[in-house]
Amino acid sequence: MEKEKKMPLKKIMLICSKGSIEDVYAALVMGNGAVMEGIETKMFFTFFGLDAITKKTMDSLHTSTVGNPAMRMPGGLAFPTMLGGLPGVEAGVSKMMRKQMDDLDIPPVSEFLELITAGGGEIYACKLAMDMFKLTKKDLSDEVSDVITVGDLYEMCDGEGVQIVFT
Amino acid sequence: MSIKTIAGVNVDVNDEGYMTDASQWNKDVAAGIAAEEGVELTDTHFELMDWIREKVATGDTLTLRGIGKSGVVDAKQFYKMYPGAPLKKATKIAGVPKPTSCI
Repeated sequence: MEKEKKMPLKKIMLICSKGSIEDVYAALVMGNGAVMEGIETKMFFTFFGLDAITKKTMDSLHTSTVGNPAMRMPGGLAFPTMLGGLPGVEAGVSKMMRKQMDDLDIPPVSEFLELITAGGGEIYACKLAMDMFKLTKKDLSDEVSDVITVGDLYEMCDGEGVQIVFT
Repeated sequence: MSIKTIAGVNVDVNDEGYMTDASQWNKDVAAGIAAEEGVELTDTHFELMDWIREKVATGDTLTLRGIGKSGVVDAKQFYKMYPGAPLKKATKIAGVPKPTSCI
C-alpha cells in the first residue's frame, strides 16, 4: 500500500467573532502559535471580536460571570450566578484573570498583536462590523493591516494547505 | 535516542534532533546544527544562546515574549535571526530541549 503523504498546514485564517477574554485569547494563542511554527497566518476580527483590536477596549476585555457554568471561586467553589450579576463583580473577576495570565507570561492583547505581526502575521478587521459599530481605522490598533470585506478574506485563503478556523 | 557526530563531536540527540546532554554542547556543535537548519550564526546569535542556556539551566520556561524582553533582541529581530520556526530552531542550536510552552 502506498504510504500516505503528509500535507503540512501552510496557511491559516483565524476568525475571531467574540470579545470575551477567553475567546480572544484562544484566537491569539492559536495565531501566535501558527506564526511561531512558520505557518503563514492571517487573523480576521469581526463583530464583538473587534473589541480585541480596538485601542480603547483591547487591554481591558472582560469574561462573563453570569451564565458561565465553568466559572468558579478561587479554591474551586461554585460561583453563584446571582453574585456574578452584582455591579463590579465581572470587572473584578476579569481583572484577576488578566493578572493571572500575566503571571504566566501571557501578554496583554495589545502586546500579543505586536508579537504576531513581528513574526509576519497579519491582522484584519471586518468592514461590515466596523460600519455597524461606527468604528474607523483610526480607532483600531496600529497592528491592523487593513479593513476588509468577506470577499477579500476568501481571496486571501487561496492555495494549498489552507485552513479557515472560526472562533 | 541516537548518537550523532556534529563538528567532530559525538552528541546524544533525540528523535527530533534536539541534544539531550547540554554538557556536550560547544560553539562548533552549535555552528554544525545551525548549518543543518539553514541559519547563519552571528555574535548576536551566540549572545542569545548564552541567555537561552542560562534560562533553561535555571528551570525557567522559554517563551517568545521572554526572548523579546531578554534585552538581547526583540521579537522582530528574533524572527529575522531564525527564519521559519524561531523558538524551535533557536533551542535546537543552543543545545537545550524543545520548549514546552504555547506562547
